[in-house]
Amino acid sequence: MASKTAAAKDIITLHGSAAIVSEFFCYAANSILYNRAVYPEESFVKVKKYGLPMLLIEDESVKSFMSNLTSQISEWLEAGKLQRVVLVIMSKATGEVLERWNFRIETDTEVVDKGVPREKSDKEIMREIQAIMRQVASSVTYLPCLDETCVFDVLAYTDTDVAVPFTWVDSDPKLIANPQMVKLHGFDTKIHKVDTLVSYKNDEWDEEE
Amino acid sequence: MDAGMSTPSYLKAQTRCPLQEHFLPRKSSKENLDRFIPNRSAMDFDYAHYALMEGRKGKDQSAAVSSPSKEAYRKQLAETMNLNHTRILAFRNKPQAPVDLLPTHHSASLHQQPKSVKPRRYIPQTSERTLDAPDIVDDFYLNLLDWGSANVLAIALDHTVYLWDASTGSTSELVTIDEEKGPVTSINWAPDGRHVAIGLNNSEVQLWDSASNRQLRTLNGCHQSRVGSLAWNNHILTTGGMDGQIVNNDVRIRSHIVETYRGHTQEVCGLKWSGSGQQLASGGNDNVVHIWDRSVASSNSTTQWLHRLEEHTSAVKALAWCPFQANLLATGGGGGDRTIKFWNSHTGACLNSVDTGSQVCSLLWSKNERELLSSHGFTQNQLTLWKYPSMVKMAELTGHTSRVLYMAQSPDGCTVASAAGDETLRFWNVFGVPETTKKAAPKTALEPFSHVNRIR
Repeated sequence: MASKTAAAKDIITLHGSAAIVSEFFCYAANSILYNRAVYPEESFVKVKKYGLPMLLIEDESVKSFMSNLTSQISEWLEAGKLQRVVLVIMSKATGEVLERWNFRIETDTEVVDKGVPREKSDKEIMREIQAIMRQVASSVTYLPCLDETCVFDVLAYTDTDVAVPFTWVDSDPKLIANPQMVKLHGFDTKIHKVDTLVSYKNDEWDEEE
Repeated sequence: MDAGMSTPSYLKAQTRCPLQEHFLPRKSSKENLDRFIPNRSAMDFDYAHYALMEGRKGKDQSAAVSSPSKEAYRKQLAETMNLNHTRILAFRNKPQAPVDLLPTHHSASLHQQPKSVKPRRYIPQTSERTLDAPDIVDDFYLNLLDWGSANVLAIALDHTVYLWDASTGSTSELVTIDEEKGPVTSINWAPDGRHVAIGLNNSEVQLWDSASNRQLRTLNGCHQSRVGSLAWNNHILTTGGMDGQIVNNDVRIRSHIVETYRGHTQEVCGLKWSGSGQQLASGGNDNVVHIWDRSVASSNSTTQWLHRLEEHTSAVKALAWCPFQANLLATGGGGGDRTIKFWNSHTGACLNSVDTGSQVCSLLWSKNERELLSSHGFTQNQLTLWKYPSMVKMAELTGHTSRVLYMAQSPDGCTVASAAGDETLRFWNVFGVPETTKKAAPKTALEPFSHVNRIR
């Protein structure tokens, strides 16, 4: 969003970068939920974002979950304590982890400690995010079909010295056994560098003896 | 030095350490380590698989995809190996799962527990048992009842402390305090269920061993007036006095006063440590609730409180930490306030306030369900069971004829004991019937990799 960073100058502050990253995560998560058909298509509404038609879910509980998430992620990003965010897709019936969308975050600690801003063109960041969104959408071509009803969850990997609000609990990493992994594009605001990786469970017919 | 007598060698070994256990010395440090028993749930299968299968190309994926993904995988593993300074967190309130629009053919879903409302359990409206409690002091600010983890109830009747063993139903007297020291103003079991702390009117605190009926020590000098509230946190006994001071005593060492919390200006009648032992909630006659945090280090002798909650308009004696939600504290106000308030002890925010219509003397959370029990005074002298978080009244238990000042919960979480100025001690099976609360084994295996059918 151009309002966070002045369009004329390309200065990015820690606050602005955190906002960009957490917003990116919100849209990316929605996009994943739509593309992987975790929620039915009818529950999504189209908005324009990053120069693309992005889909956002309408369901109240998911919306509030997302907004709580993004505000907490933003807080952690500003403190420089967030290491990665993982969106996990699990089978509703068995609770088995089927897909794991891994967003790894590298924070420039100098900015967190000293509060110096960085310079990067807003447009370029937008372009990078666009590329990721397109990749997520096209991921349906190689990701295995999710035939059963799925639920999702979001895990945050943080430093141990972070202040955890009472709404967050410790969790196990929900790893997938023998995953296939695909690395997607990442983007960089010069303060936070985000890498995207999706790991998914092998399709049944691929398995060796 | 030898006393001149040479002791025979077989006696020497015995007299060396009379009270020590005999330890068999290990022959070598590696003696017990010849068998590696893997803990499946703690294994990182990703890394293990990678380590075994290194160099093997995936047959089904194109080569263009596998090399950058391998790179990323390697990098990710390097990070994962540094897990000792990473915490993995998940948001507590999960979003609603998508509704099944098409009938699924998975038979597994049929065996799942239905998400529908559980059938309401029957809550007996009368007390299961009533015992006599003659001479019990009818003072709002005291805490004269506690149920220890060894299933023994301790109750203070004027100058005497009695122990009632819940498993056998037998009563025994622990101690009768001297006339000038008493009456007993507070009583609290230590976490081990064996030692009990007794606070007295003359500001002394006595520590007793209930197994041998012996007094172990007396803690003096913490307060200048009666000790109305006590709370244990491992080896720390926290005492709250009529002087408004709260003192942390380490019962193992000689100079037992380790910390003093100053903040209350009137009697401290409610004192409870959180389940984690990290935070202490205190309520006073000054209508103030303080939350003290152990991580707040004190440079001088007085420690600053973490939160000061002044919303109550009457004395706060009822305090209860929620067992199923961290950082949630419930407080109840006295006659002029009559509300139960819920607080986030991390931020100090008031989450909810419910008017109960009657002074709240005590609060207990259910260990099995999301329910809260409160005890009241005028006019009904009832115990009210609330559903949390909707705060819908599930039951009102009457029977006492005077305000229900003291409540305690059994260690199995099913029964609540309540005592009042009407000199009765009543037991209510309000949280469940003792036999049926034994939960069946969880239906799905909780180990994260239990579905992996290959063992490598």
